[in-house]
Amino acid sequence: MEPIEIIEGHVALLDRHDVDTDQIMPKQFLKRTEKTGYGQFLFYDWFRSGEIELEPHPILVAGRNFGSGSSREHAVWGLKDYGFDAVIAPSFSDIFYSNCTKNGLLPVILDEEHCREVAAAGEARIDLDDQTVNTKDGVFPFEIDEDIKHRLRNGLDDVAMTLERGERIDDYEAAGKADSGPVTTSL
Amino acid sequence: MAKNLFEKIWGAHEVDRDLIYIDLHLVHEVTSPQAFDGLRLADRAVRRPDKSLATADHNVPTDGTPAARLIADELSRKQVEALERNCEEFGIPLYSLGSDRRGIVHVIGPELGVTQPGMTIVCGDSHTSTHGAFGALAFGIGTSEVEHVLATQCLVQRKPKTMRINYSDELGFGVTAKDLILATIGRLGVGGMQGHAVEYAGAAIRALSMENRMTICNMTIEGGGRAGMIAPDEKTFDYIRGRPGAPPDFEAALERWRALPTEDGAAFDTEIEVDAAAISPMVTWGTTPGMVVQVTDQVPDPTAMDSPADREAAERALAYMDLRPGTPMTEIPLDRIFIGSCTNSRISDLREAASIVDGRRISASLRGMVVPGSQQVKADAEEEGLDDVFRSAGFEWRESGCSACLGMNPDILQPGERCASTSNRNFEGRQGAGGRTHLVSPKMAAAAAVEGRFVDIREWS
Repeated sequence: MEPIEIIEGHVALLDRHDVDTDQIMPKQFLKRTEKTGYGQFLFYDWFRSGEIELEPHPILVAGRNFGSGSSREHAVWGLKDYGFDAVIAPSFSDIFYSNCTKNGLLPVILDEEHCREVAAAGEARIDLDDQTVNTKDGVFPFEIDEDIKHRLRNGLDDVAMTLERGERIDDYEAAGKADSGPVTTSL
Repeated sequence: MAKNLFEKIWGAHEVDRDLIYIDLHLVHEVTSPQAFDGLRLADRAVRRPDKSLATADHNVPTDGTPAARLIADELSRKQVEALERNCEEFGIPLYSLGSDRRGIVHVIGPELGVTQPGMTIVCGDSHTSTHGAFGALAFGIGTSEVEHVLATQCLVQRKPKTMRINYSDELGFGVTAKDLILATIGRLGVGGMQGHAVEYAGAAIRALSMENRMTICNMTIEGGGRAGMIAPDEKTFDYIRGRPGAPPDFEAALERWRALPTEDGAAFDTEIEVDAAAISPMVTWGTTPGMVVQVTDQVPDPTAMDSPADREAAERALAYMDLRPGTPMTEIPLDRIFIGSCTNSRISDLREAASIVDGRRISASLRGMVVPGSQQVKADAEEEGLDDVFRSAGFEWRESGCSACLGMNPDILQPGERCASTSNRNFEGRQGAGGRTHLVSPKMAAAAAVEGRFVDIREWS
């Protein structure tokens, strides 16, 4: 994952609420076993029917509850591969938000009015250190979990970081706390 | 201080700051191949194969294809074969095509008794919330997190907020758990539970069977909830007792489980009260599960909606669904009926649907399909003769799988087809590009099959 410091450029707008991951990445493309090359399938039905158009700008502004429904990470792989580096929305579905942070797609939560102002400005500069979205018309601060910010800022691998805490996991298991569940290998 | 169910489970699984231990990791073919690739690239092992369990469900044909190598669709075949290779290489037990224990991942967990109270359960599938019906903390994760759990048996996770929804009184005649959760999502909205672990409580919940409780927890994600949970009770324990994965020392487990329910006076970030007796049979009219009305209602009029955003969304949904405002829901003609999915494909769901169609014929104008949630459910249903009831009525009786819930296998709607479905999502194209989905309970789907349109099950006989 590439470290994120500044994301700047033109803004694409998807002015809809509750856009689900079935629309972002339809099911037929989930049969692939690769992690790359999903950009060509993004919003497959909506793009082909001409229902929406989105330029592959660095920043996407969307409506509330973006990424609802299915947990498919393919939706995030598609958005990133298409060209987006950040998505700004009033709210995200929980699983989608988490998936974004694992793939260097910066999720930014701004209230709806500020989302509209960023979209209207047409260009923006997101500063992760300062936690601000800057346009010619204003500066919009946003909140992000310190730990998630640290990982995105430094492009860190979650698994490697947790494995560094392996002793804690060993201790937890040694204390017998993990022994209460079923043993699937002996079913 | 008094603790709630969620807080007890969370507290017992904190390994380190923002790191929780996972007791059971369920794996399927669609969201795991990239995770296994990640392990191989970094030369990492699966930390606890004995706490992992895999099955093939999303891609599998329901026509009786007996082995992965015989799946006709090339990409589906490759994905299921990849799962078989990955599970072999990493030592994870797998129930693939040909196994009597195969089925939808959220059906076989409880069925095998590996879903238990007090556990943390994850799966690369948003409907993992189903398992919360047993008083477990269960939620869906993405593929990166699947890789993380495989490698570490832990998950980096911020503590969600808590919500309790109290359902007073009891559900009326003909009204089911499916109607209860659809009505709840209709009221709170599809983002209404966002960021929360939701506990369903109250007399109406206590009165429900385990399978009905699973239906409710299953659809928590459609309300945006992180996890849905129901406190374990004697029904929970009776359900698990004697199953293959049940704890060898059951009495000791009971002692632990009985200490789990939310204590009197425990606090929640949000509490909501719902009168269960006021809930009617529900039918969705739009393209999110929150776009739902009572079966006695009409297709809503977007111009009567307050917010411009709701109005626009409703107009788009009605255009996609090819519905006109003011049309009574009971006058909408149907082309397809789907009884199945992790929401409503368990034996009690099939019994309910069968009781409606027993001795009747489904409308000649439509095609009906019944897809059991697992091979075990199929065997149980056949033992009871339910397959004969459905076949005699004109339904197709299929092998188990996710089937027409998500259209990743040959069971799909054709463009423009309208389906009454017992599944969980009515998103555009969910059941097949251009397909139109109305979510309903198994009883409502069965009655709709007979009439060729929706009926109020309370007055229909």
